[in-house]
Amino acid sequence: MNKTVNQKAWFFVIPVFVLVAFNAIIPLMTVVNYAFQETFGNNVFMWEGTRWFKQIMLSERFHASLGRQFLFTFIILFIQIPLGIAIALTMPKEGIGVPICLVLMSMPLLIPWNVVGAMWNIFALPDIGFLGHSLNALGFDYNFTQQIGDAWFTTILMDVWHWTSLVVLLSYAGLRSIQPAYYQAAEIDGASRWAIFTKIELPKMKKVLTIAILLRFMDSFMIYTEPFVLTGGGPGNATAFLSIDLVKMALGQFDLGPAAAMSLIYFFIVLLVCWVFYTLMMRNEEKS
Amino acid sequence: MKKAKWVVPTIYIIFLMLPIYWLLNMSFKTTTEIINTYTLWPQEFTLDNYKKIFTDSTWYTGYLNSIYYVVMNTVISVAAALPAAYAFSRYKFLGDKHLFFWLLTNRMAPPAVFALPFFQFYSSVNLFDTHVAVALSHCLFNIPLAVWILEGFMSSVPKELDETAYVDGYSFWRFFFKIFIPTITAGIGITMFFCFMFSWVELLLAKTLTAVAAKPIAATMTRTASTSGYELGLLAAAGSLTIIPGAIVIYFVRNYIAKGFALGRV
Repeated sequence: MNKTVNQKAWFFVIPVFVLVAFNAIIPLMTVVNYAFQETFGNNVFMWEGTRWFKQIMLSERFHASLGRQFLFTFIILFIQIPLGIAIALTMPKEGIGVPICLVLMSMPLLIPWNVVGAMWNIFALPDIGFLGHSLNALGFDYNFTQQIGDAWFTTILMDVWHWTSLVVLLSYAGLRSIQPAYYQAAEIDGASRWAIFTKIELPKMKKVLTIAILLRFMDSFMIYTEPFVLTGGGPGNATAFLSIDLVKMALGQFDLGPAAAMSLIYFFIVLLVCWVFYTLMMRNEEKS
Repeated sequence: MKKAKWVVPTIYIIFLMLPIYWLLNMSFKTTTEIINTYTLWPQEFTLDNYKKIFTDSTWYTGYLNSIYYVVMNTVISVAAALPAAYAFSRYKFLGDKHLFFWLLTNRMAPPAVFALPFFQFYSSVNLFDTHVAVALSHCLFNIPLAVWILEGFMSSVPKELDETAYVDGYSFWRFFFKIFIPTITAGIGITMFFCFMFSWVELLLAKTLTAVAAKPIAATMTRTASTSGYELGLLAAAGSLTIIPGAIVIYFVRNYIAKGFALGRV
């Protein structure tokens, strides 16, 4: 769309700007304040420069939780994106099946995150949970509160349960926007199912898939409530992802300086990855 | 081959429903049954857990608090985002692209980063433990989202609509409310759905900003889980009830969901 230049448009943006700035800038400045200073309460601050940043960047604890975070995010992206596309491809395209699928599949998205954690906790308990009981009955030695592998398995399964539907809904919407003419042309050319998928469907879904990956990256990178309720970060620190570790440091140990420095580094990593995605996405949009 | 197509969605839906079924199953059991036996459905069907929630004010006020601030947040977010999204979709102005990206960065901010500063900030302006505080803090991620979705919908409305209205002598505000908003009702519906959803499911900020008066249901649940030990049936009943508002909202917007996503905005 050709937009007209109009500086008065700023007046329309002011309410949004004020509301978001109120919530974003002032608290962010507090974080910056803590990140560069030492405090003993009562508003007494001492300048510390980059000491907290150096401490965090060199600390093994941060490296460990960052490593766990990246591993977790990559695993769930690897599972959720292909699985979501596969389910979207097999979903009905018309009839009564469409609203049934949409409504049932959206259910997990609208459950409060701590309820998701609590629900999976009850579901996976080795003695009274359906998953835990079944796995043990099948001969697996399964206990997610004590074994690291089981804790990871349960956390990943929970996230797949929780968020794959988002990828499904996005891919489905992308598929629905393909004109029937493309399929007719493919049929005339005698294209195989695989060729239709790689040559028509995948390119057409590129935009929605970028958004799906972006959203899943952001949200899984910030994951806090679900694993906190499910495993509490345990056993030990095995599932203490970045947010869990950060809250532990800030509110549990009250190490405000290092926690603030860690917040900024954390935010910066998310921002950097998202900026790369966003620029790529916008470039694609301009091309098409 | 064609016939077997429904197999994958069916298996997926069964996988989605299993934990939900288990939660419901637990909520209708007595505590003794939960602890002592493993049963696939309640042997002694009981409604006591639900009765407790509906009669004990610490429980049901939790629901009311949650719904109160979620609705407040949805209204604020959409009302503020409407004119802004219009500006982004129709005009070029100084710093528009940067502003848009800055808004989106707030959707990317990990709530854990903001938890402590939010607590201090809202305490210092005397808004701690009020519904307004939670509603305002959720604007952090809901307003950017609302602007993003609405901008997508508005950009798909041709600009000729605006120009024709002005030629016909409509003033801007009359055009905006009488013509423009009715043409994008679907978009507003989708936006409200997402604002509702993200405000309803968020717990970290809602919990940090409240103590008693505005405590959300989700926080009531976590505190019960940690203090009274093994009241799993009660917890399951409370959890099951939190699914209902979401289910109602989905049912109303089911026809818009695919369409909303189709615009490539979430």
